[in-house]
Amino acid sequence: MVAAPSHRATQDTGWPHRWLSGHGQVLVVLGAIVALFVVVSFVNQRFLSPANLTTIFSGNAYIAVAAIGMTMVIITGHIDVSVGALIGVLATIAGTLAVAGWPLWMVWLAPLVVGVLVNTLAGALVAYAGIPSIVLTLGFLSILKGGLIVVTGGDWISDLPRGFFLAQMKLFGLPVPMLTALVLTLAVAWWMAHFRFGRAIYAVGSNPEAARAIGISVERTVVGVFALHGLFAGIAAVLFATQLTIIQSTVPPNLELMIITACVIGGVSILGGVGTVIGAALATILFATITSAMIFTNVSAYWLRAVIGGLILITVLADVARRRRQA
Amino acid sequence: MIPLRVTEVSKSYGGVRALRPVSFDVRAGEVHALLGENGAGKSTLIRIMSGLVAPDTGQIEVDGAARVFRSPRDAARAGIVTIHQELLLFPDLSIAENICMADDPAALGWVDRAAQLSKARALLADLDSGDVDPAQPLRTLSVAQRQRVEIARALGRQARVLIMDEPTASLADADVARLIAIVRRLRERGVAIVYVSHKLSEVRSLADRVTILRDGGFVATRPAEGMTEADMIGLMVGRSISELYPKGEPKIGAEMLRVEGLTLAPRVQDVSFSLRSGEILGLAGLVGAGRTELARLIFGLDRPGAGRIILNGTEIRVASPQAAVAQGIAYVPEDRGLQGLVRSMPVAANVTMASLSKVVRGLFLSSRAEEAAGQDAIQQLGIRAPRGPAHIAGKLSGGNQQKVVVAKWLRSMPKVLILDEPTRGVDVGAKAEIHALMGDLTRQGLAILMISSELPEVLGMSDRVLVMARGRVTGLFERAEATPERVAAAMVAEMQGAS
Repeated sequence: MVAAPSHRATQDTGWPHRWLSGHGQVLVVLGAIVALFVVVSFVNQRFLSPANLTTIFSGNAYIAVAAIGMTMVIITGHIDVSVGALIGVLATIAGTLAVAGWPLWMVWLAPLVVGVLVNTLAGALVAYAGIPSIVLTLGFLSILKGGLIVVTGGDWISDLPRGFFLAQMKLFGLPVPMLTALVLTLAVAWWMAHFRFGRAIYAVGSNPEAARAIGISVERTVVGVFALHGLFAGIAAVLFATQLTIIQSTVPPNLELMIITACVIGGVSILGGVGTVIGAALATILFATITSAMIFTNVSAYWLRAVIGGLILITVLADVARRRRQA
Repeated sequence: MIPLRVTEVSKSYGGVRALRPVSFDVRAGEVHALLGENGAGKSTLIRIMSGLVAPDTGQIEVDGAARVFRSPRDAARAGIVTIHQELLLFPDLSIAENICMADDPAALGWVDRAAQLSKARALLADLDSGDVDPAQPLRTLSVAQRQRVEIARALGRQARVLIMDEPTASLADADVARLIAIVRRLRERGVAIVYVSHKLSEVRSLADRVTILRDGGFVATRPAEGMTEADMIGLMVGRSISELYPKGEPKIGAEMLRVEGLTLAPRVQDVSFSLRSGEILGLAGLVGAGRTELARLIFGLDRPGAGRIILNGTEIRVASPQAAVAQGIAYVPEDRGLQGLVRSMPVAANVTMASLSKVVRGLFLSSRAEEAAGQDAIQQLGIRAPRGPAHIAGKLSGGNQQKVVVAKWLRSMPKVLILDEPTRGVDVGAKAEIHALMGDLTRQGLAILMISSELPEVLGMSDRVLVMARGRVTGLFERAEATPERVAAAMVAEMQGAS
């Protein structure tokens, strides 16, 4: 995957320097992935087997898709800790409809629609009622998680119809999840860099008062971003629901933290205003690479969390240091 | 054609009259200064003209046609752009994006980056800021440069009326000169400029007409020519200038503080002076003369390389601010927002902060003792806090915030009080109150070292004036011999010799 130009790249003189300064984080993540590949493939050549590459690039693709929406939310200066629960609920909706015999296109579309509706409501409550997003989405998290257990009783959904398993299909010889994540990431990166609404997202996150003063509606931008975030959560849920032969009717544990972590490590400033979706997507690949590398080098998988935790601290410290230097 | 005229506009907020009917207009190629103390109604009038609030009565005319502004964007479309004191820019976006963010986009919201860059470059070059690279993020710029970016944005929006709210409040002298040159240039080009500033010397050199508001009402509109600063102040406060420095007869006593050969190279070089009880010693100098650095040494914030500090006859060592407070030295720093005041906490908590042990009962802080302390401070210093000791400090006016900071230090029973720019950023009325307070305190025997960049304040308040330049003492004048010419000459004394 190649990093596309972001909102700061220009064709001006001295662009390599400027591009580097705006994309340091993306390059660091990319470098880490390449380094891991080189080192681990020396230790164990099966690391580069097609099966393992599919696991790395496709297994976490739904997280990369969800991270697109999360990136936008964080850039506007908000956060959503309920997205993992939402993906669990949407996956269960897809599975339930599929078992009930609904046409597949409706089964795949339903999570997208419900995702948009739920998050539009969340966005409206944040923007117009002025509820801090972390508080509001903590509430949504409990409601969605609890509701899911009550409705399903914790049962797994199996006996899914043939043809339901979108995530196991291939298009142009590539796994659908990987292709989806790739296309969506590049498209959204381009859109955020070159279109007015994309700019408004950065503007609102950087200085809401200034955005308001030049006629950007902060409220509408926030609601729009949450709605888009719901759409991407819906797509992520479809990929998640269709990758295995069963759907566990529980929320994938710590999924929201994984998504937020991907954004932060990918260079999205938790203070808003800065970041690209490409960094977040690369960070999800980095997680998958680290996980796989640990398996292939016989390191206990329990170290994964500690490693990712270390990465978060380093990234945030670098962000704070950068802001201090430039302030 | 008058590009902007408001007629009999007024505004109330929840029953409180913020602005009584006022008429105001600005012509093309004119700088029209708007003067008044804080609370005089300037901000409300600006908010009405910039489309932030709708007036209750009256009307707004652009080029003779009545208009209604529903938002700042409406006003900008009519060619009226406001540059607020708090610059409304996006630190994380590039300079070009900041300048072009308000432009109408092409079809489907597509943004043409190359066009933005060249437009930004042209606008900046026009403002003598061709050295600024518009592709850089805004956060790399200084405040003065950011301000020029905001002016460039206004011009990019075809502003014909530019409303500037205290544009020089946070600029250094060199940047002020550059800004004034830019304002003059815009005037020559036919831009109508509404200029709000507390710095009357600026207004005198720049304005064509002056409008003065007081207590939410209109006082006068006059040609600037022939108006002195004293005239302006008189109209603003409704009093004459001699009443502004109510200097009573001082009761000067024994020497309280003596500093000998204090040095912290290169900012403070061999400084010696003495300060007596009941005396106000004014410390004058240009920015960077080493005045604040000297204060920091005396207060124990920095350690001197050489020299002695003698308090009340005994040499003391001030290793830390805590030690300084314990010895009886208090320091009210220049930036009360950053260093002196916890804005989110009530007056009472702020007042007791530096002397918490006095409100401890047993193991706990006594909220009753704290409230009593807050009440004392409010009465003693005349702090205007409608909710009493529980009033949140950050919601007070600038002058009253300053009084809270002073109250905090007075509770530690200092013998020497160092005030660094005690009236910066407060309006003329609050200034007079702070000056009166200083007089009261010295009559109770306190010795005050007052750092001020305002010459009239130094001359009006000080019993003696100490002048510093480039870290050295370049003059010491008794009140009677401290004329503006002499003090100013000492302020630049070493500048000609060195460099």
